[in-house]
Amino acid sequence: MKIKALFLTSVLLATSLGARAGETVISIHEFMFSPTAMTVPAGTTVRWKNLDGEPHTVRSLDATFKSDALDQNDSFAFKFDKPGTYRYVCSIHPQMVGTIVVKGTN
Amino acid sequence: MTNKVSFDPARRGALKCLAFGGAGTLFTLSAGILTPIDLALARNGDPDKTANAGVPLFVQISDTHIGFNKDANPDVIGTLTRTIALVNAMPKKPGLVIHTGDITHLSKPAEFDTAALLLAQLNTELHTTPGEHDVADASVTEYFSRYGKPSQDRGYYSFDHSGVHFVSLINVLNFKPNGLGNLGAEQLEWLEKDLRGRSASTPIVVFAHMPLWTVYAPWGWGTGDADQAMSYLQRFGSVTVLNGHIHQIVQKVEGNITFHTARSTAYPQPNPGQGPGPGPLKVDAGDLPKMLGVSNVTLKRHPAGISLADTTLA
Repeated sequence: MKIKALFLTSVLLATSLGARAGETVISIHEFMFSPTAMTVPAGTTVRWKNLDGEPHTVRSLDATFKSDALDQNDSFAFKFDKPGTYRYVCSIHPQMVGTIVVKGTN
Repeated sequence: MTNKVSFDPARRGALKCLAFGGAGTLFTLSAGILTPIDLALARNGDPDKTANAGVPLFVQISDTHIGFNKDANPDVIGTLTRTIALVNAMPKKPGLVIHTGDITHLSKPAEFDTAALLLAQLNTELHTTPGEHDVADASVTEYFSRYGKPSQDRGYYSFDHSGVHFVSLINVLNFKPNGLGNLGAEQLEWLEKDLRGRSASTPIVVFAHMPLWTVYAPWGWGTGDADQAMSYLQRFGSVTVLNGHIHQIVQKVEGNITFHTARSTAYPQPNPGQGPGPGPLKVDAGDLPKMLGVSNVTLKRHPAGISLADTTLA
């Protein structure tokens, strides 16, 4: 019962995050990127969606990708074509950090 | 250069009329030291404390967050408007207004335009330093296209006013993960040169958005390389270091250096470490005015000194 409820919650969450086909969603909630670390195959589009009332940004340290300020329910997407490890921060709250590892498709 | 008190009964009446909104900090220069005076306190009496308030030097406004529209304050334009009315109603209006950042909430052009229209009503020389909310556009151009000129788009510059040397620093760019605010080697080198050769008796006012001392590291409430900057300032007899960012007043005195963080005119934030992060703090509408404010600095010539006053709109 509990598991079922949990499953339902995550399905609802994924739906409410506005995941689109072929996209992987990272939620920004309570000053955290969730999941904080993610490994995806090359060609994946990652979408960050801010659920907080406080705005956040998504900025990779090597400047590969950077969002404008994301207000509540705003989202930002980036397609990862190049394998590698991408570390990023919220430029408004630098204590918020995340990592995307992109694996080659061979 | 009168030392006469500026908190007269008429003004107290004016302050009482402001039922809601944000104010700032008044800074007076007195005996070589900038000291904040709580204008709410001044309003409630203790004339001795305010009698030597000195000549108004400047007003600090911070964290106006134009564009914010959440429950914590759905009317940030209203609270800034009331703040401006409060400053304009001062019997001796300071010649300078310093905005210590987060002019806007989302770095949107329309937010900057609204803020500019409102701040123009102060009809006073305005100096700014950006907050991280002002440089949150991906291209980091909106702030600099409007306020970048004094610093040639570097974000840091200095100027002199009423015998006081003012230094505007930027510490909201190039964050490191888990990091605090950051000044960077280039800016620190510039600061050292800017201060070199100045008389130690020159009162110095330094302002930046994020605290130039560590208030609370887990929330990034500090500046990683601020100690280096402070080492250049130690030889001066009167140093006042101002910032915004944390939406509440915290003060510290270390030797000749007084640190002061101003209230926001938009919304309060939690005390350090309370809750998941430094987001807007929702309080009862009746309590909001007490948690918003401006700071005002005045200058006293003989002996020269600086003091600060904080005003709420309560």
